[in-house]
Amino acid sequence: MKLAYYPGCTMKTDAKNFDESTYSSAEALGIELIEPTRWNCCGTVHALAKDNVMNYLAPIRNLIRVEQMNEEELVDDKRVVTQCAMCYNTLKRANLAAKADPDKMGKIRDIMEKEPNYQGSVSVVHMLELIKGLGWDEFKSKVVKPLDGLKVSPYYGCLLLRPREYGIDDPDHPTVMEDLIEALGAEVVDNPYKAKCCGAYHAVHMKEVAADLSHRILRQAQEAGAELIVTACPLCQFNLGDRQDEIKKHQREFEGIPVVYYTQLMALAFGKEGTGFEQNVPDPVRVLEEKGLL
Amino acid sequence: MSTGASGLYFTFKPENAAFKAKVEELSGENIDLCFQCGACSSSCPLTGEMDLLPSTVIRYAQLGLAEVLESKTPWICITCFNCEIRCPRGIDIANVMEAIREMVLRTKYDKFTLDELTPEELRELPQIAIISNQRKLTA
Repeated sequence: MKLAYYPGCTMKTDAKNFDESTYSSAEALGIELIEPTRWNCCGTVHALAKDNVMNYLAPIRNLIRVEQMNEEELVDDKRVVTQCAMCYNTLKRANLAAKADPDKMGKIRDIMEKEPNYQGSVSVVHMLELIKGLGWDEFKSKVVKPLDGLKVSPYYGCLLLRPREYGIDDPDHPTVMEDLIEALGAEVVDNPYKAKCCGAYHAVHMKEVAADLSHRILRQAQEAGAELIVTACPLCQFNLGDRQDEIKKHQREFEGIPVVYYTQLMALAFGKEGTGFEQNVPDPVRVLEEKGLL
Repeated sequence: MSTGASGLYFTFKPENAAFKAKVEELSGENIDLCFQCGACSSSCPLTGEMDLLPSTVIRYAQLGLAEVLESKTPWICITCFNCEIRCPRGIDIANVMEAIREMVLRTKYDKFTLDELTPEELRELPQIAIISNQRKLTA
């Protein structure tokens, strides 16, 4: 299966481990991911003000690229696979909102006069939806190294689940990450804060506030017995993982817990290269070695 | 609004109507649906940092009180949409917060600029954080 894949900017820098493990684990599932040529930043946040047109241009331009790939028969259908929760949300919402509003679509076409018109034919999917669609039996058949005994807590964050209309799963009781963790052979540790905000872009100008929100999530997972947390967003990963030193400044009793992208665990269980654990902060290697998984 | 000996007086003036209409136009939400149950405020993870509860911001908007533009709350709101899934009246409160932010930003106001960060701080941040921050907080 050949599908268009929109990685997004951070996947090529701070989240290379997410990007590389996405490619290697998708390959194990028989999915060939192909990036559009000349993709650009999605803009990261959807324009919530109703009269905003400017914030639509970046996501819609990416969707035009996907339509072009389809016309050139580089991919099997008109889906575009995303990974980063913010890219997913921004592309998905811009796509649906532009399609539902002919007046807005007209303005977008006028502004981007040098681009072909967007036909509105693309559907934006998240990798987790794609995996769920394959079926868990098919998924399990690719596991060569089950993650036996590893206690993993899922972290969804906000934008994979909310707003309700655009979520990949039930926003009150999501299960897709739990199903995935189980399918990899690991033990699921529930976290009541799994869909609470990590602080997102407050990390830039309100470090302490973001650290406090992230600490609540990490502490809940740890108290429930988790050894590892999985995320699906480079900004969640940054706040929950990279910023643990900041959290320790305010929470002296906090000991730290490794946080990885869910695709890194997939690549590990599928016996693939490109797990990229050396890029994670704090280091997840020790706990994986203790479990005999590395 | 004024508080008199025999209670609370409020006259809905043309400027109140205009302010309310602007919030509704920008947010696309019918804010009169709100009956002040407070579900948004109780589901919000950031009320500890706010000066007005999210439900109070909605009340200000219903009454067309432009002083809500001075509130910290819309800037603290991180658009996590917890309130959106909890509101029993179907209001997307995050859209109302964005409308209020936009009304301030469109006066060419920047809430936060990257000049306030040291080069070290800037280097540490992934671009996803910087871009979303600047898209939300600058004109």
